Amino acid sequence: MEMKLIVLVVIVLVAIAVAQLMRVYELTSKIRNRREEDIDLRVNNINAMMMIAFLAVFFGSAVYMLFKYGNGMLPEAASIHGQDVDWLFNINWVIVFTVFFIVNGVLFVFAYKYAYDPNRTAYYFPHDNKLEMLWTVVPAGALAVIIILGLMTWNKITGKPSENAVVVELYAEQFNWTARYSGDDNKLGYADYKLVTTWSANPNPLGVITTNNIEWRLKELDSTINAMHTDLAKEENLEVVYSVASLEKMRKKVEKLERIRERVALMQTNYTDSTDVIAADDFIAKELFLIKDQEYQFIMRSRDVIHSAYFPHFRAQMNCVPGQRTKLKFTPIFTTAEMREKTGNPEFNYILMCNKICGESHSNMKMSVVVGTAEEFKKWQEEGNTSLVVASVN
Amino acid sequence: MSAAAHTDHGHHHKESFITKYIFSQDHKMIGKQFLVTAIFMAVVAVILSILFRIQLGWPGESNSVLSFFLGDTWAPNGILHRGMYLGLVTIHGTIMVFFVLTGGLSGTFSNLLIPLQCGARDMASGLLNMISYWLFFLSSVIMLYSMFIETGPASAGWTIYPPLSVYEETIQGSGAGMTLWLLSMTIFVASSLLGSLNYIVTVLNLRTKGMKMTRLPLTIWAFFVTAIIGVLSFPVLVSCVVLLMMDRLLGTSFYVNDAIVGSEILEQSGGSPILFEHLFWFLGHPEVYIVLLPALGLTSEIVANNSRKPIFGYRAMIGSILAIAFLSFIVWGHHMFITGMNPFLGGVFVFTTLLIAIPSAVKSFNYLTTLWRGNIRFTPAMLFSIGLVSSFVTGGITGVILADSALDIQVHDTYFVVAHFHVVMGLSAIFGMFAGVYHWFPKMYGRMMNSKLGMVHFWLTLICAYGVFFPMHFVGIGGAPRRYYDYSVYTGFDNAQYEMIMDLNVIISIFAILGGLVQVIFIFNVFYSIRRGQVATQNPWKGCSLEWTTPVEHVHGNWPGAIPEVHRWPYDYSKPGMDEDFVLQTVPVRDGEEEH
Repeated sequence: MEMKLIVLVVIVLVAIAVAQLMRVYELTSKIRNRREEDIDLRVNNINAMMMIAFLAVFFGSAVYMLFKYGNGMLPEAASIHGQDVDWLFNINWVIVFTVFFIVNGVLFVFAYKYAYDPNRTAYYFPHDNKLEMLWTVVPAGALAVIIILGLMTWNKITGKPSENAVVVELYAEQFNWTARYSGDDNKLGYADYKLVTTWSANPNPLGVITTNNIEWRLKELDSTINAMHTDLAKEENLEVVYSVASLEKMRKKVEKLERIRERVALMQTNYTDSTDVIAADDFIAKELFLIKDQEYQFIMRSRDVIHSAYFPHFRAQMNCVPGQRTKLKFTPIFTTAEMREKTGNPEFNYILMCNKICGESHSNMKMSVVVGTAEEFKKWQEEGNTSLVVASVN
Repeated sequence: MSAAAHTDHGHHHKESFITKYIFSQDHKMIGKQFLVTAIFMAVVAVILSILFRIQLGWPGESNSVLSFFLGDTWAPNGILHRGMYLGLVTIHGTIMVFFVLTGGLSGTFSNLLIPLQCGARDMASGLLNMISYWLFFLSSVIMLYSMFIETGPASAGWTIYPPLSVYEETIQGSGAGMTLWLLSMTIFVASSLLGSLNYIVTVLNLRTKGMKMTRLPLTIWAFFVTAIIGVLSFPVLVSCVVLLMMDRLLGTSFYVNDAIVGSEILEQSGGSPILFEHLFWFLGHPEVYIVLLPALGLTSEIVANNSRKPIFGYRAMIGSILAIAFLSFIVWGHHMFITGMNPFLGGVFVFTTLLIAIPSAVKSFNYLTTLWRGNIRFTPAMLFSIGLVSSFVTGGITGVILADSALDIQVHDTYFVVAHFHVVMGLSAIFGMFAGVYHWFPKMYGRMMNSKLGMVHFWLTLICAYGVFFPMHFVGIGGAPRRYYDYSVYTGFDNAQYEMIMDLNVIISIFAILGGLVQVIFIFNVFYSIRRGQVATQNPWKGCSLEWTTPVEHVHGNWPGAIPEVHRWPYDYSKPGMDEDFVLQTVPVRDGEEEH
């Protein structure tokens, strides 16, 4: 309370002070017959000096930040293409900073140098075709270099993965990630969002298609639909009374589930045992374990909204779009242990973050990433970090 | 009322308070209405940004400013609610981009200057002009109102990507808040279109005798081309928004496909969220230039005037405006490099996007050459124009990194992007707007603003602006994603990096708060000067263009007598052989004088 009073008093005093100052300003302007638009040489020169002072501080802090934060923010790229990206970054930084220093320098120096001088007239110089041609052609040349180098790297990054790339699925949902490894056949079992269920009898969080999963999903849908029909029958027999709105809602939901059931039932005719084989060796994990020097082809899916799989250390990113599959490939080149040594940080870990706004807990959506050798991968698997997607068959 | 109807009675009408100040059809009054509304909206948006900067600088700490503005609902115990954080970010972006820098900037200065600098009695349609303002007002009210509803404002980011913006279950703000957002934007676009059509028609049809297109001030060229961009791109936003509304309210599936929300499986199938992104950015990218071009136009005029030199390369400046406008329509895909769009298409967008750097470079160098060997008066307007050139260049060059798809992968959606567009678009446009207000204030209110306060305002603003956005680039290079409530996720994998990010975030937040407070000087200066500023003379800045031939006191119809005839371009500053260092456009060309 006292605090508020003090704040209020201060505000009032400041307002009075400002009003008095403005009054003094008005009066002196009037006495000296000074107009706002008149050029006061002294003030004009102060502004000119400020241009140079600002330039010095601006460039000084830019250089300081470059040294302090320029390299320290992210460790060396930990993927093959990431190294190319960093190289390209460096070239672009050189161009960008050259332009930054030259143009800002010229701007503020000109502003300082050509400040108003009553003994001088400005130079009437409306245009000069040669000069204009010069600064059309020079940027165009620099940009041509940037474009060509950029597109070469881009094509490398987005080109087809090699044949021995391991296929891994990344499945995004609010607010976590699941990785599905394709197993020995290097093929991911098919998936359909209609099969997604966390039903405890046969959970299928990724909606992987197997004949068994379809059957279980039908069972689940049947039991839900039946339960709802029972509820509705009770209402008809006047055993319970629902509000008109919730009754309408229930009816709509039953109808919807029946339609979905029909579509799931249709799947039974489309998928046979051969589908099961592909999915049989798929396994999922809540941590992404990658093998050093192994190329990976990631297939992204999303359950609800758009997410983005962002691997800052591998210089890799791709959106996960519901109803679509997107792809991303990269080859890790340093194990976690090697990276810890490089960064001198024994607690360093790779990470996968969500980088597309996806809801309230967006900033918590992550998965830890480990890079190790093939043996370590095996050990990791044996330690029970993974589970087969069709584990609950039988 | 058409302008032609005024030609023979351009004197004062007796007007009631309502027709003069509220439902006015006079372009000068409408311009002022836009300005005051935009200042109010800007104050709101700045307060919102300060609130979320408090959270970013000092995450999870109780703060009485937060509880004061947000109360127990959105800041329990003075700690910002996660959903509200996203709401603040969303509404800050929306208000700044659309209400301040589109509606406010074009609305104020196109309205004020197009008739005055073209030599017209008023806009082609005063009535449409008035409707345009009131639709803008209505959409502003709806947008502000959306912050006070129970489930909070739209909070899917100002780009409102579906499905997040479709399903209330995925985020609270996608309930009524999003519906109001969409409604407000639809009305806003209607306002913008009415305004733009009016600007285009006025520039094409109502120029005074002798005012060839190549004698128009660059301000008018910028407003004219901006209006064309708006007319071509805003309708796409409307269709984009209407389809989204249908997905939300009628169960269609233009943008949604095979989603499970909560535990509820949805039937909507066959749409594509990527379609939304294409439609949104087809407006969204030209929008950047809708914001930027008017600022460039205003400052071209101010830089020439205060350097006492003709703008260098007048035709090249027009050419660059046209080139930028054309290219702005074929670059939208650079917002979508990592959406899974075909990489070849990505490559094409890299090419077109980087081409924009050429006309932009031409403009920057022409500004510099205009300063060269000038005789510079540092009025507040001139200071802000110099600030604009600096921010335009500093922000523009980081665009080169972002346009390069291979590099964009790494910095996409990080604070690097936030820093880039705030400098190149936010700062440039707002500096242009400040410059415009300081320069044309005497034309708006017949009084002068206090120049000393203006100078203080400029230097503090410039320092704070770079203090906020320069360090932000480094946060982004560190890979810190935008729209994160806090960076606690970093503590799990790299503490050293977490500390660097937090160091910078604190600096940024301090400058942001200071920068916000500094604007009090400007607002005080505006409202003080409206009442008590020094009474202006007819041509205080010794300018050449037509608006300085109108009387200080506003006259309905702008010129008390006949509309003056134009004989030369508006940049005859310090022309050799002339009596003064400026020659009004109305002065006939002397015998043997070259036009330019």
